[in-house]
Amino acid sequence: MIQAKGIHKSFAANHVLKGVDVDFYQGKVNLIIGSSGSGKTVFLKTILGLHEPDGGSIVYDGEFLGDMTKSRRKLLRQEIGMVFQGGALFDSMTVAQNIRFPLDMFSNMLEKEKEERVKFVMDRVRLEGADHKFPSEISGGMQKRVSIARAISMSPKYLFCDEPNSGLDPETAIVIDQLIHELTGEFNMTTIVNTHDMNSVLEVGDHVIFMKQGHKVWEGTNSEVLSSTNADVEDYVFKSKLFKQVRQALRK
Amino acid sequence: MITNFFEGIGAYAVLMTKVFRRPDRWRIFFKSLVQEINLLGLDSIGIVIILSVFMGAIVTIQTAFQLSDDPLIPTYYIAMATRESITLEFSPTVVSLILAGKVGSNIASSLGTMRVSEQIDALEVMGVNSASYLILPKIVAQLLFNPVLIIMSMFLGLWGGAMAGDLLGLIAFSESISGYRLEFILFENVFYGLIKSVAYAFIIGSVSAYCGYTVKGGAVEVGVASTNAVVRSCLAIILSNYVLTDLLLN
Repeated sequence: MIQAKGIHKSFAANHVLKGVDVDFYQGKVNLIIGSSGSGKTVFLKTILGLHEPDGGSIVYDGEFLGDMTKSRRKLLRQEIGMVFQGGALFDSMTVAQNIRFPLDMFSNMLEKEKEERVKFVMDRVRLEGADHKFPSEISGGMQKRVSIARAISMSPKYLFCDEPNSGLDPETAIVIDQLIHELTGEFNMTTIVNTHDMNSVLEVGDHVIFMKQGHKVWEGTNSEVLSSTNADVEDYVFKSKLFKQVRQALRK
Repeated sequence: MITNFFEGIGAYAVLMTKVFRRPDRWRIFFKSLVQEINLLGLDSIGIVIILSVFMGAIVTIQTAFQLSDDPLIPTYYIAMATRESITLEFSPTVVSLILAGKVGSNIASSLGTMRVSEQIDALEVMGVNSASYLILPKIVAQLLFNPVLIIMSMFLGLWGGAMAGDLLGLIAFSESISGYRLEFILFENVFYGLIKSVAYAFIIGSVSAYCGYTVKGGAVEVGVASTNAVVRSCLAIILSNYVLTDLLLN
């Protein structure tokens, strides 16, 4: 479980996060949604420790991030997997090398064990046969799967995903969402996903947090999103024609 | 502008303290080092050969042009003057300036691209010291291989000068060799150049890496960083050349 308590973050005069309090639950896909500029990405990076908060605290399973020593923080990072918006794959390495990179850096596994682990995660994200390809030679959806495979190669306790569906067609986006959902349950991870995609919210949002202008304005489950009476959530969710029709259908 | 300059110096110093840390895994460090020596060093041999041979030839022709009017000056003095120019200045400084263009832009653009495509963030999230992992092998590769290139350049420059002098009838090849050996002092003629080459190697590696590693933005900014890397490395080489020349010769 990860807890964010009263998080404030500013960049010069721009006050981005204004006291955000959220609990992210283990074994669940926790989604952060909100419009562009609502502070989602800054919030995610602050939880990760890439930004130091100006106020408040982040707690990883009872341990305060701000109180951790450098070496403890380094160990914590090895328990974190991250899927970046653009994949952030190392373009000079093959798919297999990308996936085994964290193992090479941090594990004391034997060569054979590493190979087996790489094969296992590749099979798990359905990437069979792509071992020797470079990131530039595979599709966007496959790149996302490689990114997920790399993120889970060390069996992390926490999984962070920044817009995992951006740039993907709806069919591939659903595959990625389902994969994240399955892996969260399988590895019992605390998963935090930053997204704009309402399909993701309905598909895998076990716990949904809605942010607006640096505040958390609503939280609930995916089934509660459609029935929410919060004006900001309604305004965000029912922006598209499709969801307006869904609302009408629900009201009937 | 002055504030920016001092902020830049501070940020560069902070980055260097992150770079010079013990690598997480020595085996991975040595693997990267070999790759960097291949990419930044061995790939530069071609341009150093061409540059050095023609540089030696041009210096010989220029020197011969200046000295040939006076019949009292022995012709092997042309070779001696060529040797001094090549070993003291041309090989260490001019070759390093060219390498600042070739290697510096390569380092800055590769690191800049990794920064804007979030590859450096990915390393940081994993708990890897990205500065040390990415930059240290590049700087060490430069420090190890730049002196090799400079020694090679000295020999090729002198050979090119002797060949050009002989082909153009300015000075016989054997006389050039005699001139090169006249009053040859190992420290002054070789170690002096090597000390400079090590200093320039550090400048090229670290300044270019700083420009690339600190990029913010997208493709346009990577291009700007690449240009800045070359310009700043060249300026730093020229300024340090002035300081080192004064320190080593006086």
